[in-house]
Amino acid sequence: MIGAEETLTRLSIAPRARDDAAVAAVAERFARRVRAVPPGTCPLAFELAFLQASAAQTCGKCVPCRDGLPQLAALLSRVASCEADEEDVARMRALAEMVRDTSDCAIGYEAAAALLDGLDAFSDELESHLRLGRCRKGVGQTVPCETLCPAHVDVPGYIACVAAGAHADAVNVVRKDNPFPTACAFVCEHPCEARCRRALIDAPVNIRGIKRYAVDAAPADTVAPPPRSVDTARTVAVIGGGPSGLTCAYFCALMGHRVTVFEARERLGGMMRYGIPAYRFPRERLDEDIRGIMQAGTITVRCGVEVDAETLRDIAGTYHAVYVAVGAQAGKGLSLIGAETEGVLSAVELLGAVGDGELPDFSGKRVAVVGGGNVAMDCARTAVRAGAEEVSVVYRRRREDMTALAAEVESAVAEGVELVTLEAPERIECDEEGRCAALVTRPQMIGPVKRGRPAPVAADKPERRMPVDVVLIAVGQDVVTAPFEEFGMRVDRGRLVADERLRAEGFEHVFVGGDCQTGPATVIRAIAAGKVAACNIDEHLGYHHKLAYEVKVPSALPSDRTPMGRVELGERPARERKRDFTNVEMGMSGEEVAQECGRCLRCDQFGCGVLEGGREQYA
Amino acid sequence: MPSITIDGVAVEAAPDATILEVAQEAGIRIPTLCHLRERSAIASCRVCVVDVEGLEHPVPACSTPAREGMAVTTSSPRVETYRRIALELIVADHGLDSTSYCFSCKKNGACELQDLCREFGVLASSYEVAQKREPVLDANPFLSYDPNLCIRCQRCVGACNEAARNHTLVAGKRGTRTTIEAPFGEGWRATDCESCGNCAQACPTGALVEKRRAAYRSWETERVRTTCPHCGVGCQLDVMVKDGRIMDAEAADGPSNRGLLCVKGRSASFDFVDAPDRLSTPLVRNPVTGELEPAAWDDALDLVARRFTELRDAHGGESLAAFACSRSTNEDIYLFQKMARAAFHTNNVDCCARV
Repeated sequence: MIGAEETLTRLSIAPRARDDAAVAAVAERFARRVRAVPPGTCPLAFELAFLQASAAQTCGKCVPCRDGLPQLAALLSRVASCEADEEDVARMRALAEMVRDTSDCAIGYEAAAALLDGLDAFSDELESHLRLGRCRKGVGQTVPCETLCPAHVDVPGYIACVAAGAHADAVNVVRKDNPFPTACAFVCEHPCEARCRRALIDAPVNIRGIKRYAVDAAPADTVAPPPRSVDTARTVAVIGGGPSGLTCAYFCALMGHRVTVFEARERLGGMMRYGIPAYRFPRERLDEDIRGIMQAGTITVRCGVEVDAETLRDIAGTYHAVYVAVGAQAGKGLSLIGAETEGVLSAVELLGAVGDGELPDFSGKRVAVVGGGNVAMDCARTAVRAGAEEVSVVYRRRREDMTALAAEVESAVAEGVELVTLEAPERIECDEEGRCAALVTRPQMIGPVKRGRPAPVAADKPERRMPVDVVLIAVGQDVVTAPFEEFGMRVDRGRLVADERLRAEGFEHVFVGGDCQTGPATVIRAIAAGKVAACNIDEHLGYHHKLAYEVKVPSALPSDRTPMGRVELGERPARERKRDFTNVEMGMSGEEVAQECGRCLRCDQFGCGVLEGGREQYA
Repeated sequence: MPSITIDGVAVEAAPDATILEVAQEAGIRIPTLCHLRERSAIASCRVCVVDVEGLEHPVPACSTPAREGMAVTTSSPRVETYRRIALELIVADHGLDSTSYCFSCKKNGACELQDLCREFGVLASSYEVAQKREPVLDANPFLSYDPNLCIRCQRCVGACNEAARNHTLVAGKRGTRTTIEAPFGEGWRATDCESCGNCAQACPTGALVEKRRAAYRSWETERVRTTCPHCGVGCQLDVMVKDGRIMDAEAADGPSNRGLLCVKGRSASFDFVDAPDRLSTPLVRNPVTGELEPAAWDDALDLVARRFTELRDAHGGESLAAFACSRSTNEDIYLFQKMARAAFHTNNVDCCARV
C-alpha cells in the first residue's frame, strides 16, 4: 500500500484517525458558533454555510453526496450573492431532490432535505435575491442580546453600568425599554442569552444574573424614572394591570398622557402576582417595579373592576385610546371522566388564590399535577410548600420534551417532586363521598416527531392507578374573550386579533397586546407589546414623543478574551426552601458580577454595533 | 425463493439476490456504471436507481436485496431524471465541459461513461465542471493513470483488492477530495504492484488505461478469443486484432480466470507473434558453411531423431536429458517425458514450469 507504515506488530490501541479526539473539541466550538448565529444573518448565506459544512462530512463514496453537495453549494453560492436566476434555482431544487432521494446515508439526504426546507422557509428572501438583487429589508446584523430581547433592552449598556458600579444607571438603561427591571431580573426567560456572542469563546453571559445584581443594589422604586413630558390632556385606558398593561401605562404616562388602569383583581401585577409563585418572584420585589412605574406620571389605578362589554363601550367612548391587555386567565380543562370531582383544581385557580394570599392546606395529601410546562412546575412546587405528603407531575411525553425550563424541572425534582412521564391522564376516580381518590393513566410510548416534537402514542401496557387526593390541571391557559367579542372585537382561535402594530381589527383607537393577543407567553413578550402599543397610541394621538434618556453608558475597553466559566445563580438548599415561599434563587456576589460583566464582549461598540442600523432600539 | 415483479413481469429471485441480479438473470436491463460483477458493489453512482412500490424514494438496484412481493419499475420520469442528474454530476467530476472532448481519449469508443451519456442524452453537464490539472502518472511501463478523468467509482479498488488481491491500489478517503492512489508514478518499482492491469480493465473511463491502447481505437479491432499461452491455468483472453496484428489482450470470463489476467497473460503473451526474429521454419546447420539454413520439417525431424539415436547407442541413455518449456501444456509435457523415457532410455526429465 502506498505510504503504508512499516510495522512489526499488527494492532495498535491508538485511534485510526489520530486527531479524532481533537476534532471533537473543534466540533464543540463549531456547534457553539452555529448556535450563536448572529441575528439578522442572511438566511441563504447561513444555508450555504450549512451545505458547505455538510459537504465537508461526505465520506466520498456516493455521487449524490460527494458531487451533489458541492454542486448545490456552488449553485446556492450564486443565489446568496444574487447572481442566480429562476433557472438556477429550478436546477438547484431538482438536484437537491435527487440528492435527498438517492443519497445512501443521512450526511447526504439530510443536508439536501434541509436545503429544500430552507428554500421554502426563506422563499421571500430567495425572491428578493432573485428579483431585486439584494437581501430583504431587515436582514443585516444587529447586536444579538438587544435584538433577541423582545423589548430590545440595551443589554451591553446596562452591563457596562453594573461593571462601573452605576447600578441606578443600569436600572434606568433597562427602563428605557422595559419598566420591569426587577421582574425580568427574577423570572425572565432571557432570550437575550440565546445567541450571546460570548458563546463563541466559552458560554453566554449570565445577563439575567447581572440584572438581578443591579436591582438588588439599586431597588427600582429608589431610582427615579426619567422626567415626563408635558401633560397632553389625552386619556388612555389600559384594560389589565399585568406586565403588558402596566408597561403601556408607564410609557404613555412618561409621554404626558393621562392613563387609567382597570384591573379585575385586588392588586396589580397580573400573572406576575397571580401566576408566578413568590418563591420565584417575591411580592415585595414586584411591588418595587410597580411603585417605580407609578412614579412615571399620571396613572390612575382602578382595581377590582371587572370589565364587561358594557363598560368597554363606555371606556371606548370616553378615552382617546384603549389598550386591551387582559392576559390568558382561564385554566384549560381536560375532558377527563371525573374532572368535576372535588379535589380537582386548575393551575390558574390554585396560583390565583395563592396570589391573593389564600394558601391551600395540602398537609398529608397526595397531589398529582397534570402537565409539563413551567406552570405545572409552579403548581408542583407550590403544593410541596403547602405541605403535601407527596407530589407527582404526570406528563404524557418524556422529561426532555417538557416545555418547562430544565432548571425549573430540576429544582422541582430537588424539592421532592416525582416526575411520572409517558403517562396520559385517562380518568379521575372518586370515593363514596365524591372526593378525588385516584388518577388513572394510560401508559404512552414516545413516537414519531410531529410539528417538531416527538409525539406520544398509546403503549401496549396496562393502565396505571395513582392514589391521589388532589389533581392540579396545568395544561395551558385560555383567553377570556367573550366580553371583547361582544364589544365587537374579532377573535381567532381563542385570541383577540390585532395586526403587528397591535391595532385591534376594525378599530382606530383600540389596541391589543400581550397574552390575550399571542396566547400564553412570557413576561418580556408582554412587556414588549405594551411598549409597542404605547408608542403606536402616541402616534395615533398625533404625537411623536421621544422620551428623555440621560444615562451615559461607559465606553468599552478591549475585551478580555480568556475563556472563562459562566457564573450561575445558586439556589437555597432544597430541604430548606421547600418549607417556605421565600425566594429560592440567590444573587451573585460583587466579585462574581464583576467577572461576569467582564465577559461581555460589548457588541454595542465592537462589531456591527457602531454601524448605522447596527442597533435595534426603541428610543 | 422470493418472487418479485420487474416492470410487471413476475420473476423468481435467488435468495439474497439484489434487484439488479434478479433483473440480469431475467434478461431485463438496468443501466449501471459503478457496479462491476464480482469486483465492486459499493453502490455509489445512482445510475441503476429504480422505483419500488411503497418506498418513497428510488433505490439503487445493485445494492437493494429483492424481497418477496416487491414491485420494481426500472423506468419512470423520476428515475430517468435522477439517472441523468447523476450522469451530469459524474461528467462534471470527469472534468469535461462536454463529451465532444472525448476524441482525445484512449478509451473513446470503449468508455462506459460515454455510452451511458449517449443513451441518456447527456451531452454536457449543467453543473460547475471540475478544472483539474493533475499530473498523469505513467512511469509504469504498461499502465498509466490520469486522475483528471477519474470518476471515483472505485471499480479499480475492487479489482485490485477484492479480485486480484494485490492491495496496491486504494482510494484516499478524503471526502469530496477522494482520489484513487494508483502506484504508476515515479517509484512504481518499489511498490508491490505486479502491473497485472486488472484495474485498467475495470476502469469505465479513460483514467486507468493499458498504454497499448494508444496504438488502436476499439472500433478498428476485432476480438479473438484464445487461451493464454503461458502457464497451464488456461486463462481465457480476447486478443484485439487490428489489420491482422494483435494490439492488446483483455481478460475474458473463462472458467479458470473469471475475467482476470496476470501481467504475463495481459502484457507478454502475444508480442512474439509478429516479432521479426521469430522462427517460422526449422533451421538446420549446414556442416560446410556452419550457417543455419531453413529446412523442411521432415528433414529436420529425421536429423534430430537420427542423431539422438546415435548418441543414445554410443553413450547410453544417461547421456541424454529432456527439458520442457513451461509454455507447453501438461499433456505435451507428459508426452515429452514419455518419449524421453521410452525412446531415449533416460530418466533425466525436467520442466521450467514455475510460473
